[in-house]
Amino acid sequence: MKSLAEIKKILKKKSIGIAGAGGLGSNCAVALARVGVGKIVIADFDTISKQNLNRQYFFLEQIGQKKVFALADNIFYINPYIEVEAHDKKLKPYHIKPLYRNCDVIIEAFDLAEMKEMLIETVMEELPDKPLIVGLGMAGWGDNNSIKTRKSGNLYICGDERSEINDLLPALAPRVGIVAHMQANLALELLLNE
Amino acid sequence: MRTMRIILNNRQEEFDQSTLSVSELIKVKEFSFRLLVTKINGKLIRKDERETAIIQDGDKVDVIHLISGG
Repeated sequence: MKSLAEIKKILKKKSIGIAGAGGLGSNCAVALARVGVGKIVIADFDTISKQNLNRQYFFLEQIGQKKVFALADNIFYINPYIEVEAHDKKLKPYHIKPLYRNCDVIIEAFDLAEMKEMLIETVMEELPDKPLIVGLGMAGWGDNNSIKTRKSGNLYICGDERSEINDLLPALAPRVGIVAHMQANLALELLLNE
Repeated sequence: MRTMRIILNNRQEEFDQSTLSVSELIKVKEFSFRLLVTKINGKLIRKDERETAIIQDGDKVDVIHLISGG
Protein backbone atom coordinates (compact mmCIF):
# COMPACT_ATOMS: atom_id res chain seq x y z
CA MET A 1 0.00 0.00 0.00
CA LYS A 2 1.10 3.57 -0.66
CA SER A 3 -0.02 6.88 0.76
CA LEU A 4 -1.40 9.53 -1.55
CA ALA A 5 1.81 11.51 -1.05
CA GLU A 6 3.92 8.50 -2.11
CA ILE A 7 1.69 7.88 -5.12
CA LYS A 8 2.03 11.49 -6.23
CA LYS A 9 5.80 11.35 -5.83
CA ILE A 10 6.11 8.24 -8.00
CA LEU A 11 3.69 9.43 -10.69
CA LYS A 12 5.36 12.80 -10.99
CA LYS A 13 8.40 11.05 -12.47
CA LYS A 14 6.38 9.01 -14.96
CA SER A 15 5.56 9.64 -18.57
CA ILE A 16 2.60 8.22 -20.47
CA GLY A 17 2.16 8.18 -24.24
CA ILE A 18 -1.33 8.38 -25.69
CA ALA A 19 -2.02 7.71 -29.36
CA GLY A 20 -5.27 9.44 -30.29
CA ALA A 21 -7.15 12.25 -28.53
CA GLY A 22 -10.78 11.29 -29.14
CA GLY A 23 -13.18 9.42 -26.87
CA LEU A 24 -10.58 7.16 -25.29
CA GLY A 25 -7.59 9.50 -25.44
CA SER A 26 -9.20 12.66 -24.07
CA ASN A 27 -10.91 10.93 -21.14
CA CYS A 28 -7.87 8.79 -20.32
CA ALA A 29 -5.53 11.81 -20.43
CA VAL A 30 -7.77 13.81 -18.11
CA ALA A 31 -7.91 10.96 -15.57
CA LEU A 32 -4.11 10.64 -15.66
CA ALA A 33 -3.75 14.40 -15.30
CA ARG A 34 -5.99 14.39 -12.22
CA VAL A 35 -3.81 11.79 -10.49
CA GLY A 36 -0.68 13.78 -11.35
CA VAL A 37 1.27 11.82 -13.95
CA GLY A 38 4.36 13.95 -14.66
CA LYS A 39 4.27 13.98 -18.42
CA ILE A 40 1.74 13.09 -21.10
CA VAL A 41 2.69 12.72 -24.77
CA ILE A 42 -0.39 12.96 -27.02
CA ALA A 43 -0.73 12.74 -30.79
CA ASP A 44 -3.79 13.24 -33.00
CA PHE A 45 -4.49 15.02 -36.30
CA ASP A 46 -8.22 15.63 -35.92
CA THR A 47 -10.23 18.75 -35.11
CA ILE A 48 -13.15 18.88 -32.66
CA SER A 49 -16.63 18.63 -34.16
CA LYS A 50 -20.04 18.99 -32.52
CA GLN A 51 -20.61 15.23 -32.79
CA ASN A 52 -17.52 14.56 -30.67
CA LEU A 53 -19.05 16.18 -27.60
CA ASN A 54 -21.25 13.15 -26.86
CA ARG A 55 -18.22 11.34 -25.43
CA GLN A 56 -15.00 13.32 -25.76
CA TYR A 57 -13.55 15.61 -23.11
CA PHE A 58 -14.02 18.88 -24.98
CA PHE A 59 -16.37 21.86 -24.77
CA LEU A 60 -18.69 23.69 -27.17
CA GLU A 61 -16.37 26.67 -27.54
CA GLN A 62 -13.53 24.33 -28.60
CA ILE A 63 -15.32 23.14 -31.76
CA GLY A 64 -12.99 23.62 -34.73
CA GLN A 65 -9.82 23.48 -32.62
CA LYS A 66 -7.20 20.76 -32.97
CA LYS A 67 -7.91 18.03 -30.45
CA VAL A 68 -4.36 17.76 -29.11
CA PHE A 69 -4.09 21.47 -28.36
CA ALA A 70 -7.59 21.71 -26.86
CA LEU A 71 -6.78 18.69 -24.67
CA ALA A 72 -3.52 20.30 -23.55
CA ASP A 73 -5.55 23.39 -22.57
CA ASN A 74 -8.09 21.29 -20.62
CA ILE A 75 -5.31 19.47 -18.77
CA PHE A 76 -3.74 22.85 -17.93
CA TYR A 77 -7.00 23.98 -16.32
CA ILE A 78 -7.00 20.82 -14.15
CA ASN A 79 -3.30 20.68 -13.27
CA PRO A 80 -0.93 23.26 -14.75
CA TYR A 81 2.15 21.39 -13.46
CA ILE A 82 1.72 18.49 -15.87
CA GLU A 83 4.01 18.59 -18.87
CA VAL A 84 1.98 17.93 -22.00
CA GLU A 85 3.75 17.20 -25.27
CA ALA A 86 1.09 17.62 -27.97
CA HIS A 87 1.77 16.42 -31.51
CA ASP A 88 -0.63 17.49 -34.25
CA LYS A 89 0.00 14.65 -36.67
CA LYS A 90 -1.53 11.56 -38.19
CA LEU A 91 0.65 8.82 -36.77
CA LYS A 92 2.61 6.62 -39.16
CA PRO A 93 4.76 3.61 -38.15
CA TYR A 94 7.95 5.67 -38.33
CA HIS A 95 6.59 8.20 -35.81
CA ILE A 96 5.91 5.68 -33.04
CA LYS A 97 9.37 4.90 -31.69
CA PRO A 98 10.75 8.46 -31.68
CA LEU A 99 7.59 9.80 -30.05
CA TYR A 100 6.98 7.17 -27.39
CA ARG A 101 10.36 5.52 -26.66
CA ASN A 102 10.81 7.44 -23.39
CA CYS A 103 7.28 6.84 -22.12
CA ASP A 104 6.76 4.27 -19.36
CA VAL A 105 3.47 3.07 -20.83
CA ILE A 106 1.73 3.61 -24.18
CA ILE A 107 -2.04 3.87 -24.45
CA GLU A 108 -3.77 3.13 -27.76
CA ALA A 109 -6.73 5.46 -28.16
CA PHE A 110 -7.53 5.42 -31.88
CA ASP A 111 -10.98 4.87 -33.31
CA LEU A 112 -10.15 2.99 -36.53
CA ALA A 113 -9.19 -0.69 -36.45
CA GLU A 114 -6.46 -0.12 -39.09
CA MET A 115 -4.74 2.40 -36.82
CA LYS A 116 -5.02 0.06 -33.83
CA GLU A 117 -3.38 -2.68 -35.93
CA MET A 118 -0.60 -0.33 -37.03
CA LEU A 119 0.22 0.71 -33.46
CA ILE A 120 0.10 -2.81 -31.98
CA GLU A 121 2.35 -4.24 -34.70
CA THR A 122 4.80 -1.33 -34.58
CA VAL A 123 5.14 -1.34 -30.79
CA MET A 124 5.52 -5.13 -30.69
CA GLU A 125 8.32 -4.98 -33.22
CA GLU A 126 10.12 -1.74 -32.36
CA LEU A 127 9.41 -1.29 -28.64
CA PRO A 128 8.78 -4.89 -27.51
CA ASP A 129 9.45 -4.20 -23.80
CA LYS A 130 7.01 -1.30 -23.63
CA PRO A 131 3.60 -2.00 -22.06
CA LEU A 132 0.83 -1.14 -24.55
CA ILE A 133 -2.76 -0.77 -23.36
CA VAL A 134 -5.35 -0.95 -26.15
CA GLY A 135 -9.10 -0.32 -26.14
CA LEU A 136 -11.13 -2.88 -28.10
CA GLY A 137 -14.92 -3.02 -28.11
CA MET A 138 -16.99 -0.37 -26.33
CA ALA A 139 -19.92 0.48 -28.62
CA GLY A 140 -23.49 0.85 -27.41
CA TRP A 141 -24.77 1.01 -23.85
CA GLY A 142 -25.41 -1.19 -20.80
CA ASP A 143 -23.85 -4.62 -20.22
CA ASN A 144 -21.20 -3.36 -17.78
CA ASN A 145 -19.87 -6.81 -17.05
CA SER A 146 -18.90 -7.55 -20.66
CA ILE A 147 -16.05 -5.02 -20.35
CA LYS A 148 -12.84 -6.52 -19.02
CA THR A 149 -9.05 -6.62 -19.22
CA ARG A 150 -6.90 -9.29 -20.87
CA LYS A 151 -3.10 -9.56 -20.90
CA SER A 152 -1.05 -11.01 -23.74
CA GLY A 153 2.64 -10.42 -22.97
CA ASN A 154 3.23 -6.68 -22.89
CA LEU A 155 -0.07 -6.08 -24.65
CA TYR A 156 -3.08 -5.33 -22.45
CA ILE A 157 -6.60 -5.23 -23.88
CA CYS A 158 -9.46 -3.29 -22.27
CA GLY A 159 -12.98 -3.60 -23.65
CA ASP A 160 -15.56 -6.23 -24.56
CA GLU A 161 -13.54 -7.35 -27.65
CA ARG A 162 -16.86 -7.63 -29.49
CA SER A 163 -18.97 -4.55 -30.07
CA GLU A 164 -17.99 -2.50 -33.13
CA ILE A 165 -19.23 1.01 -33.71
CA ASN A 166 -21.88 1.30 -36.46
CA ASP A 167 -25.01 3.32 -37.21
CA LEU A 168 -27.15 1.17 -34.92
CA LEU A 169 -24.51 0.83 -32.21
CA PRO A 170 -22.98 4.25 -31.62
CA ALA A 171 -20.09 5.18 -29.36
CA LEU A 172 -21.57 6.77 -26.24
CA ALA A 173 -19.97 8.50 -23.28
CA PRO A 174 -20.50 5.87 -20.55
CA ARG A 175 -18.98 2.78 -22.16
CA VAL A 176 -16.23 4.76 -23.92
CA GLY A 177 -15.51 6.45 -20.59
CA ILE A 178 -15.40 3.11 -18.78
CA VAL A 179 -12.80 1.74 -21.19
CA ALA A 180 -10.78 5.00 -21.15
CA HIS A 181 -10.69 4.88 -17.36
CA MET A 182 -9.85 1.17 -17.34
CA GLN A 183 -6.86 2.02 -19.52
CA ALA A 184 -5.83 4.82 -17.12
CA ASN A 185 -6.38 2.56 -14.12
CA LEU A 186 -4.29 -0.22 -15.62
CA ALA A 187 -1.54 2.28 -16.46
CA LEU A 188 -1.48 3.30 -12.78
CA GLU A 189 -1.28 -0.35 -11.76
CA LEU A 190 1.75 -0.86 -13.99
CA LEU A 191 3.44 2.36 -12.85
CA LEU A 192 2.81 1.95 -9.13
CA ASN A 193 3.58 -1.77 -8.90
CA GLU A 194 6.96 -1.52 -10.57
CA MET B 1 -4.87 -39.45 -34.94
CA ARG B 2 -2.82 -37.28 -32.59
CA THR B 3 -4.48 -34.30 -31.08
CA MET B 4 -3.04 -30.99 -29.98
CA ARG B 5 -3.70 -28.86 -26.95
CA ILE B 6 -2.94 -25.16 -27.03
CA ILE B 7 -3.78 -22.09 -24.98
CA LEU B 8 -5.87 -19.88 -27.25
CA ASN B 9 -6.66 -16.43 -25.84
CA ASN B 10 -5.88 -17.67 -22.32
CA ARG B 11 -8.16 -20.73 -22.62
CA GLN B 12 -7.14 -24.30 -23.21
CA GLU B 13 -8.43 -25.75 -26.47
CA GLU B 14 -8.02 -29.12 -28.12
CA PHE B 15 -7.76 -29.78 -31.85
CA ASP B 16 -7.91 -33.02 -33.86
CA GLN B 17 -4.91 -32.01 -35.95
CA SER B 18 -1.37 -32.39 -34.56
CA THR B 19 -0.27 -29.07 -36.07
CA LEU B 20 -2.12 -26.13 -37.58
CA SER B 21 -0.98 -23.08 -39.45
CA VAL B 22 -2.30 -19.78 -38.11
CA SER B 23 -4.47 -19.48 -41.25
CA GLU B 24 -5.94 -22.94 -40.60
CA LEU B 25 -6.64 -22.07 -36.98
CA ILE B 26 -8.48 -18.93 -38.08
CA LYS B 27 -10.56 -21.08 -40.46
CA VAL B 28 -11.29 -23.83 -37.92
CA LYS B 29 -12.31 -21.34 -35.24
CA GLU B 30 -14.34 -19.35 -37.79
CA PHE B 31 -12.63 -16.08 -36.87
CA SER B 32 -14.16 -14.11 -39.73
CA PHE B 33 -13.22 -10.67 -38.44
CA ARG B 34 -11.69 -8.30 -40.98
CA LEU B 35 -8.61 -7.31 -38.98
CA LEU B 36 -6.76 -9.57 -36.58
CA VAL B 37 -3.46 -9.48 -34.72
CA THR B 38 -2.04 -12.99 -34.29
CA LYS B 39 0.72 -14.14 -31.92
CA ILE B 40 2.38 -17.49 -31.20
CA ASN B 41 4.17 -17.67 -27.83
CA GLY B 42 4.27 -13.89 -27.71
CA LYS B 43 5.80 -13.48 -31.18
CA LEU B 44 3.87 -11.37 -33.66
CA ILE B 45 2.76 -13.31 -36.74
CA ARG B 46 2.11 -10.85 -39.53
CA LYS B 47 -0.67 -11.34 -42.06
CA ASP B 48 1.67 -12.63 -44.77
CA GLU B 49 3.22 -15.15 -42.35
CA ARG B 50 -0.02 -16.83 -41.29
CA GLU B 51 0.08 -19.54 -43.98
CA THR B 52 3.54 -20.70 -42.95
CA ALA B 53 3.51 -20.07 -39.18
CA ILE B 54 2.85 -23.43 -37.53
CA ILE B 55 1.13 -23.92 -34.19
CA GLN B 56 2.20 -26.96 -32.19
CA ASP B 57 1.09 -28.78 -29.07
CA GLY B 58 1.57 -26.62 -25.96
CA ASP B 59 1.81 -23.31 -27.80
CA LYS B 60 0.23 -20.17 -26.46
CA VAL B 61 -1.69 -18.45 -29.23
CA ASP B 62 -3.42 -15.09 -29.20
CA VAL B 63 -5.89 -13.94 -31.82
CA ILE B 64 -6.93 -10.37 -31.16
CA HIS B 65 -9.90 -8.85 -32.97
CA LEU B 66 -9.28 -5.25 -33.98
CA ILE B 67 -12.59 -3.58 -33.39
CA SER B 68 -13.16 0.02 -34.46
CA GLY B 69 -14.29 2.54 -31.88
CA GLY B 70 -12.68 4.84 -29.42
